[in-house]
Amino acid sequence: MKHTESESVDWRSEGSSAPDLTTGERARELYEERIRTPFLVAWADWRTRLGALIIGGYLLVALVAVLGLWREPSTSQAPRYLMLFENMNYPLGTTASGTDLAALIIHSTPDILLMITAGAVWATGVAVAIGTLAGYKGGRVDRTLMSVSDLVMAIPGLPLVIILAVTLNPENPILLGIIINISYWAGLGRSLRSQVLTIRENDYVEASRTMGVSTPRIIVKDIIPNLMPYVTVNFVFAARYVMFASVGLYFLGVLPYSTQNWGVTLNFAYSGGALFSWSAAHWLLAPMVAIMGLSLGLILLGQGMDRVFNPRVRTRMAGESKSTATDDEDAGVTEVL
Amino acid sequence: MVNYYVRRTARVFATIFLVASLTFGLVRLLPGGPFTLLRAQLLRQGVPAEEVDARIANLQNIRPDAPLWRQYVDYMLALVQGNLGESISLGEPVTAVLAGAAPWTIFVVLVSTILVFVVGIFLGSLQAYWEGTRFDQLVSGVSISLMSVPFYVVAVVMLYVFAYQFGWLPTAGTVANGVERELGVPFVVSALKHSVLPILSYTLGAAGGQALAMRGNSIQVLGNDYVQVARLRGLSDRRIATRYVARNAILPMYTGFLLLLGFRLGGTVILEQIFSYTGLGYYMISALNANDYPLMMGTFLVITVALVLGVYVADLTYSKIDPRISAGESDEAY
Repeated sequence: MKHTESESVDWRSEGSSAPDLTTGERARELYEERIRTPFLVAWADWRTRLGALIIGGYLLVALVAVLGLWREPSTSQAPRYLMLFENMNYPLGTTASGTDLAALIIHSTPDILLMITAGAVWATGVAVAIGTLAGYKGGRVDRTLMSVSDLVMAIPGLPLVIILAVTLNPENPILLGIIINISYWAGLGRSLRSQVLTIRENDYVEASRTMGVSTPRIIVKDIIPNLMPYVTVNFVFAARYVMFASVGLYFLGVLPYSTQNWGVTLNFAYSGGALFSWSAAHWLLAPMVAIMGLSLGLILLGQGMDRVFNPRVRTRMAGESKSTATDDEDAGVTEVL
Repeated sequence: MVNYYVRRTARVFATIFLVASLTFGLVRLLPGGPFTLLRAQLLRQGVPAEEVDARIANLQNIRPDAPLWRQYVDYMLALVQGNLGESISLGEPVTAVLAGAAPWTIFVVLVSTILVFVVGIFLGSLQAYWEGTRFDQLVSGVSISLMSVPFYVVAVVMLYVFAYQFGWLPTAGTVANGVERELGVPFVVSALKHSVLPILSYTLGAAGGQALAMRGNSIQVLGNDYVQVARLRGLSDRRIATRYVARNAILPMYTGFLLLLGFRLGGTVILEQIFSYTGLGYYMISALNANDYPLMMGTFLVITVALVLGVYVADLTYSKIDPRISAGESDEAY
């Protein structure tokens, strides 16, 4: 009897330090098996490699703009309506007002990259926070959070963005990226939640819970690492959505612009009649190609990732909306705008 | 069972109510507020100052001098009666403008979204069936390329090629001028002609994405035990393909359908502008450019209501389609 008592005391005294160690190790193990290995596998996929190369190219272009290695765009800096490669000083040709197209495209890049990164970080960050909290806590927290995200999902994205853009007049690319993805998290949060519902049943989460590890710690250490693959994929898609939406809205001329943007170039080309004459077609094509290239890079990256980890965990929903019960790679989240 | 439907229906009304409140708040946030601009406009038109307030109250269903809660109550009461105020730029009731516009938008979005799914499911299942073949690789490549082209670029290119260069299809509008706006053969033909380009350009890219999703789902389903068992039981190939594989591969896509609907309804703002297609999205932008707040907010509200109803219908039908979900049961199963 005494013996067992002392044992149980032992067990308790050890218990205070054990969880830290095990969760720490667990996190490292998880990193190994869930992040590093998949990353290597992903890199072996040609799509990931190509996607990463394309994105790298755009980063270089942005760097060229930031370091000022290419002339700033300004009107009448060159002959009007130069064609593609007609004059090698202006490889992409010039616009109706004699602006260097290459300069327009290059100097738009840094802001666009900033914008899509900000938007994607915002969307995935909020979605992860909401989804993990709702899925892990369950009960009233879950119900409240899901009601809120259902409400947000019910508001059509672009019209809301337009109204907010008119109201706030954001000229800062980071703010604009966040505004464009203001409600993107709702659908993503929902699908993340249904994955968390499955993950939280794992025995090691159970173990952490019984050892009295705090909720935020469990979420950060045990749950989020399991979600990472899915989050990476959707990060890419959220970024793409920001780009499509922002360029589209600039194209319509509803967003205020202080700096250059491919959408603004498109707008000018379109209203300048570039649609009707061959001598100006490149003016319309250059920004289009820039947009398509970047989104192709993003999609390839997302596809490559998606192939490696497609955790199609199907759980029944606890929430109200039965149709969002099942989880998939979310055809909706990969929507093409 | 009944309980779920009641709750779900209540949520539709709650959502619409909240969004209406949001629009009320947003109008007040807009630059210069809702009245300053209007007041200036009316005074410019030579309306006497004492009449201006009365006119504004009439246009927006709001008395500008009343306390905020009073304004809110008036606004909501007017909404319940289906009164969205009067459009400033068009001089007609907003409801009348939108009643004429909404069918076009709903038509384009619905037809193109259904097409997206039909084409996506068809291509995706063929790809899964012939996984790894030349056909599969080709379609995958095309799908990925299509996904990286924003729909408005497709729209501009199509407009250029089919409308301006070849002149096969009209360049703008919903129905040709001079066609009687009543149900008849010329009207339908003209309307279809005008809607071909918007629908096509709104279908292409998204269909690629859906094909990829369907392909992934089908390949996964094909690897499942129950498909093997069905084969062993000697069921016909056709039965397996439709009842076992297609059904289970399509179900998860249904979820995406809801999100897709929201994105696509919002996207019409850009689409309709390019084709000058006078639907909800078109009026939203023109109202924005004319500082026509009643019309802009009314459009926003109507688009939202359309989306909420769409999701509602989809939600209710989903439980019919998926046998694993019996509506009303809200316990979690892992």
